Amino acid sequence: MATEIRTPGTLPPLPPYVPPGGPRRPPRRRRTGESLSTWRYGDRVAFALCWACGLALCLIAAAIVVYLGVRGVQYLTFTLLTTHPEAGLDQAKTGGFLDPIVGTVLLTVIGIAIATPIAVGTAVWIVEYGRPSAFARAVESGIEIVAGTPDIVIAIFGLALFQQHLFAPLSLTADGGAVFGRSFMTAGAMMSLIALPMVFGTTREGLQAVPAHVREASYGLGKTRIATIRRVLLPSVRSNISTGMALGMGRICGDTAVVIVLLGATLRLESEGSIPGFNALKGTGSTLTSYVYNNSPAGEGNAPQKAYAAAFVLLLIVVALNLAVDVIARRGSQTGLQNGRLGA
Amino acid sequence: MITLDTDDDRGTGAAVRLAQDHPAAGPTLPPPVRRIALDRPPTVASPAPVGTGPGAAAAARHVRSGERGPERMRLEGLSVFYDTNEAVRAVDLSIRQGEVLALIGPSGCGKTTLLRTLNRLTELTATARRAGRVVLDDVDIDELEVTTLRRRVAMVFQQPNPFPMSIFDNVAYALREQSRKRPGRAVVQPYVEEALRRAGLWDEVKDDLDRPALRLSGGQQQRLCIARAIATRPEVLLMDEPCSALDPRSTEVIESLIGELRAELAIVIVTHNLQQAHRVGDHVAFMYLGDLVEYGAAEQVFGAPRAERTRDYVGGAFG
Repeated sequence: MATEIRTPGTLPPLPPYVPPGGPRRPPRRRRTGESLSTWRYGDRVAFALCWACGLALCLIAAAIVVYLGVRGVQYLTFTLLTTHPEAGLDQAKTGGFLDPIVGTVLLTVIGIAIATPIAVGTAVWIVEYGRPSAFARAVESGIEIVAGTPDIVIAIFGLALFQQHLFAPLSLTADGGAVFGRSFMTAGAMMSLIALPMVFGTTREGLQAVPAHVREASYGLGKTRIATIRRVLLPSVRSNISTGMALGMGRICGDTAVVIVLLGATLRLESEGSIPGFNALKGTGSTLTSYVYNNSPAGEGNAPQKAYAAAFVLLLIVVALNLAVDVIARRGSQTGLQNGRLGA
Repeated sequence: MITLDTDDDRGTGAAVRLAQDHPAAGPTLPPPVRRIALDRPPTVASPAPVGTGPGAAAAARHVRSGERGPERMRLEGLSVFYDTNEAVRAVDLSIRQGEVLALIGPSGCGKTTLLRTLNRLTELTATARRAGRVVLDDVDIDELEVTTLRRRVAMVFQQPNPFPMSIFDNVAYALREQSRKRPGRAVVQPYVEEALRRAGLWDEVKDDLDRPALRLSGGQQQRLCIARAIATRPEVLLMDEPCSALDPRSTEVIESLIGELRAELAIVIVTHNLQQAHRVGDHVAFMYLGDLVEYGAAEQVFGAPRAERTRDYVGGAFG
């Protein structure tokens, strides 16, 4: 081989590399799994049923999305999104559903803002302290009961609670002194119970997945328990908390019972009192779910086209939240200690 | 023959036997290399290569002068129980600055428990109880605030366990929170740099301090953990088998790091690896079933062990 030294500038350009025998392709993977023909008949039937169930679920989900998509595109107009609803007999004059959209967002934000700190705090206490253990078990089963309670029961309970005079500042007080009990604040407080088990579950799973040696490393550096929680544990379960929040927000968006019983399900956002900002929270309103219900043939509005359009918007919001869950979980699995989606 | 390591076989262990039979006679020998050989009885150990290899180089590093550094920690009749099981039995030891104390012994002999007692990490185990006194600079460790104690007696664990945050934050975390007000990046930056330099990691990570620490290699992660532990300028550094999860190259880097850190602090290292104990240890304590069987200078424990059990263990008869 010649040992002539050339400077980089004088090197001739290399011809494109052609591997011998044409372009290489990785060899095709061969299936070496077991053959179905060796299975018992019962197993084959069960296997086929599993496939069928999965496919059926996909079909149902696709049917909902496609049907609502078609209807939504058919009836949804930009003006529907930007105009206030009106009362009226003529469908052309009943306006759009700007107020329900605002109501949905407002209620979701209130609900999740109340639920997240309580749920995260409870999860931290259960996993990191959890003593006495009988009390910890009681807390856990309490949350399970809240998770299993039907939303209409939560709504009725909320109404009974917030009509007490103690909670008069949260909603309208009538002339005789009767407390109305219905407002964004009372509905949001009860909605938080619906989101709370979600956030609690994902946070607890995340904390339990943090290996013990990480905690020991922190204690070994002379950190207190609370510093460890704040600076190490909570940052590493951030993605779990976000996942739980997104799931909880999906649940709040989709809930109807609490809206109808506790939010008043009024056509428009009705303010109450004279403090700017606070008056909207103290007032009543509606969300997309109650709007869909009222405009469906079962409700008093009976404007199915608008119901479809609103349902489509609601579906978009929920699908977007689900996508957010996936994105957060995936990002968390790349950077955090946990692998994959937990407790979702 | 299936041999699981690549060292050449030299001799038949005669040199070691000679040293054991006549402790005062020959020169100090490193402990034998234990290897898994399927066609030989399991208790036979081959002698270490004499005069070559990393062992010889390490031996030259040792501070073998008669003068010893100041005593930092003293254990007086220390016993540790798990429920009723006595894991460490009435151990008296002194830990001095400027030297490395290597704790050796078979699995389950209480080495790690002893180590974790020194900064009261055993208190995290609900069933652990302690008797006897541990004194740090003439103060009983029970009288110190536990967080203060752990900052003065820092710990490096067997598994590299950086926190899921950036390299910078890993070291800064150890420094922050000691003050009521959270110091900013500019304030802790010089301390972080110094800790990373002392741990020999600065040149490798100085350009991307914001990378997640979990992306580092295992050896780098362990050096990061050492940097994190020494960032608070502890007086004693406890190391629980710091190299057992690492490859030989990273092990060598960390061992030479231990040799450098020795001048500034007292180091206690638990190791299963007798070669490593000989390479890094100035003094060696051999524990067996909770008892401190033998304590002495490394040459003495490996070259002329007083107790029979020590002789058997360092000679490779059991463990």
